[in-house]
Amino acid sequence: MTPVLDIEGLSKGFTLHHLGNRIAAFNDISFKVAAGEFVLLKGSNGAGKSTLLRTLYRSYLPQAGIIRFHSDHGPIDLARAADIDITHLRRTEIGFVTQFLQARPRVSAEAIVAEPLRLHGVPAEAALTRARAALATFGVKQDLWKAYPTTFSGGEQQKVNLARALILPQKLLLLDEPTASLDATARAALVSRLAELKAAGTALIGVFHHPGDVEKLIDRVVDLTPEITQTEERMDVDI
Amino acid sequence: MTLTLDAPRIVTTHPLVQVRNVSKSYGPVQALRDVSALAYPGEVLGIVGESGSGKSTLLRMMNLEETPDTGSYTLDLPDVSGNLFDLDRFARRMLCATCIGIVYQNPHLGLLMKHSSSGNVAERLLVAGERSFATLRAKATAALEASEFPLDRLDAPPIELSGGMQQRVQLAKAIALEPALLLLDEPTTGLDVSVQALVLDTLKRLQQERRITMVIVSHDLGVIRTLADRVMVMRGGAVVEAGLTDQIFQDPQHAYTQQLVHAKL
Amino acid sequence: MSLKTLTKPWEAMAYGFLDGSAKREIRRKMIKAIAVPGCQMPYASREVPMARGWGTGGLQVSLTLVNPTMRVKVIDQGADDSVNAASIRRFIARVAGAPTTMDTLDADLIQSRHRIPEEILRDDQVLVLQVPNPEPLRPVQPNMSIARQMHADADYGRMWLQLYEQIVRSGRVMQGASYPSLVHGRHVMTPSPIPRWDVPKLNMAQHLTILSAGREKRIFAVPPYTRVEPLVFSDVPYKVEDHAGLTCHRSGTRGFFMNEIPQEDGSSAFEVSDSEWGVKAIRRRDGEEVALGETWYKNGRMPS
Repeated sequence: MTPVLDIEGLSKGFTLHHLGNRIAAFNDISFKVAAGEFVLLKGSNGAGKSTLLRTLYRSYLPQAGIIRFHSDHGPIDLARAADIDITHLRRTEIGFVTQFLQARPRVSAEAIVAEPLRLHGVPAEAALTRARAALATFGVKQDLWKAYPTTFSGGEQQKVNLARALILPQKLLLLDEPTASLDATARAALVSRLAELKAAGTALIGVFHHPGDVEKLIDRVVDLTPEITQTEERMDVDI
Repeated sequence: MTLTLDAPRIVTTHPLVQVRNVSKSYGPVQALRDVSALAYPGEVLGIVGESGSGKSTLLRMMNLEETPDTGSYTLDLPDVSGNLFDLDRFARRMLCATCIGIVYQNPHLGLLMKHSSSGNVAERLLVAGERSFATLRAKATAALEASEFPLDRLDAPPIELSGGMQQRVQLAKAIALEPALLLLDEPTTGLDVSVQALVLDTLKRLQQERRITMVIVSHDLGVIRTLADRVMVMRGGAVVEAGLTDQIFQDPQHAYTQQLVHAKL
Repeated sequence: MSLKTLTKPWEAMAYGFLDGSAKREIRRKMIKAIAVPGCQMPYASREVPMARGWGTGGLQVSLTLVNPTMRVKVIDQGADDSVNAASIRRFIARVAGAPTTMDTLDADLIQSRHRIPEEILRDDQVLVLQVPNPEPLRPVQPNMSIARQMHADADYGRMWLQLYEQIVRSGRVMQGASYPSLVHGRHVMTPSPIPRWDVPKLNMAQHLTILSAGREKRIFAVPPYTRVEPLVFSDVPYKVEDHAGLTCHRSGTRGFFMNEIPQEDGSSAFEVSDSEWGVKAIRRRDGEEVALGETWYKNGRMPS
C-alpha cells in the first residue's frame, strides 16, 4: 500500500508564559497511514485527539518528532516544512474538516463551496456547477445556495462547511468531529462521500464523538489515552 | 522549545518581496532592529504589533518612502534588480508608481482631497506615462468599479466622501496599474464596523481575483486574521514571531504573542 | 601710473542703468537658463524705476543685453504704442543710447508682454518675455520647495491631472494663456501669459527667447531650435484660439490673433493684436512701399 503519512515520536505541549508553566498534550506518538486508509483517533477527553489533528495540519507547532508526508513532490516533514510549503500543501493535498464554518460576509454558500475548486484552477462556471451538486448532496435547500451562510443555523452552516471541505479529493483528509450537529440525511451523505474519497485513495484521520456513524469505514484505531490521565487545557483561541 | 523550520522545498518560486536585516534609528530611538520579511507571489503577509512597534516604519520602507541605516530590499520583478534602497529618488518614484500600490490609514496622505476621485486614480496612470484621455477615463473607472466605488460619484472630490469611500478611492488608485505589491497601512482603522467589513471583503475579493501580493499592517487582529496567510508579530522594532496565520492565533509561541492573542475580544 | 589713470570721471549711473555686478549676475543666470532649457534660475532682481509686476523682470534682462547698436522694440499685449510699452522703450533708449523701432523686422531686441509678434523672428533677434508667474506647478502645488523638487524629478502628473479635470468638468481644456509646455522634453514651463495661439511659435524657433519674472526673481529660456510642446492628451488635440477666420476691421488683414472690440449693438469688431503688423498692412494698402516679413501663421494655420 502506498504510504501517505509516517508519524514518528511526535510530541506536543503548550508553554503558558503568563502562568509560567508547560502543559503536555501528547508524547512520543508514532503511527503510519497509507492511501485509502481510515484511521480513527480514540482517547479520553483531553488525550490530545484534536491537538494531534491540528499538529498534523500545522496549526500547532510540535516540539519533537517527524511527520513525514509523502506529497506529490516527494516526502516532506510537516513538522519542519516552510510555511509557504504548508500553504501550498493545504491548497492542494491536505484537507481539514472542522466543526465550524468560517463564513465570510457577502460571500454566497455556493461561492464558498466552489472556492477550493477555483483556487485549484477550475473555471468559474464548472466550479459553481460542482458546488451546487455538493450542496444538494448534503441536503442544503436550493433557495439557500445564493444566500450568505453567515446567517444560517449551525446545522446548515456545517453542511456548507462539509460540502466545501470535501469537494476537492485530497491525499490526506483530517476530520475533527464533522458529524456534530448534523441531521440524519447529512450524516448519511457525509459517510457516503467519505467512502467515496477513501475508495479513491484518500487517507483519512478522524476524531468522532460517535464513531458508530463511520464504523464501516474504519481500518485502524489509534488510542491516545496515556497511562496517566491528564487534563487537557484547550489552548486554542476561538476563531 | 520548537523545531526550526526548513527552507521551502516544494514552492521553488522566489519570494516577491525580500527585506533583509533592516535597522533604523531616529536619534536615540531605534525604530527597527534587524528586521527581515519575505512575501511570496500571491501571498498576504500580515504585520501586527502595538503602536511604536515599527510596523508602519517597515511598511513605509517597503514603499521606499524611507531608507534604513542598514539592510536591503529586493523585489523579484522583471527589470527590477539590486537593493532598492540604493535607488535615487527618481527611480524610486517610477518603481513605486508602476510596481507598488499603497493604502494609508489616513486618506489625506494618499489622496488629493480636492481633486476628483477619478482624477486621483488617473494621476497614477499619468505618472506612469499614459497620455490618452479616453484610456485614462476608462482605466480609472474600471479601477474604481473594482474597488466597489459608486460610479455616480466618479468625479466627486474625496473631501466630500465618507471614510469608507475615501479608502475605496485609495484602493482604486493603488490597484489602477495592477501593481505586483499592494501595501496596506491600517486600511480599515477608524471606519465603522460595518464599513470595515465591506472594505475587508473588497480587499479579500481583489486578492483572490488578481492574486496580488499584499503586506498589511494593523493592530487589529481581526483584520489580519481575515486577510493574511502569514503573520509577523513585531514589538519594539523587532520581529518576535512569524508563522502561518492559524498557527500564530492558535498556538502562539512567544510570551508577547500569547498576551496579544489572549487580549483579543 | 597715477590715481587718475585708474579711475574714470563720475557718472550719474552705470551704462544701461544697472550696475556691473547686477548685469554680470543676470548674464550668468541667462547662460545657465539657456544651458538647461525651461528650467527656472533664481536671480537677485534689482530695483528699477518701475513697480514690480510691470515688466521689471523683462526690463532687467533687456538692460543687460542692450548695447548702443541694438535696435529695441517693446510690445505690450501686441501693441507698441501703449503707455507702458512706450515708457519702457524710452527708458531703455535713454539709459543705453540704443535706437528704437516698432518694426519687428528691424528690431534686434524685442521685449514683450503677453504676445509674440506675427512675423517670424530670425536667429539674430532676441525675444524677452515678461513673466508674472513663472511657476507652472503653482496651481497644483502651492509649496514652492516641493514644486522645485517636482521639477527636478520631472514629476508632472498633477499638471496633467489639472488638464484631465478640465476636460472632465468642461469637456475641453480651459487653460487659455500661459499654457504649460514641455521644453526640450524635460522641464515644464509657463510660456508667460501668451495666448495658446503663440505657443507653437516657440517650438523649434530660430530666435532665442528669455523669460524673466522680476517680482518672482526667476529667469528661464528657450534657446534656438528647442522643442516646446504644449501638454496635450494624445486623443485631445491642442487647439489655438479660433481666430483663423477673423478679419481686422481697420487693416483688413486676416488669419492672425485678434483683439475683440465690443460694439454698441452687442456685436464685436476685431482688430489685429500685433499693432505694428496692422500698421504696416494699412500703409501698404495705402500704396506705401513696406516690407512685410514672413509670418508664422499662413492663412490662419500654423504649418506643422
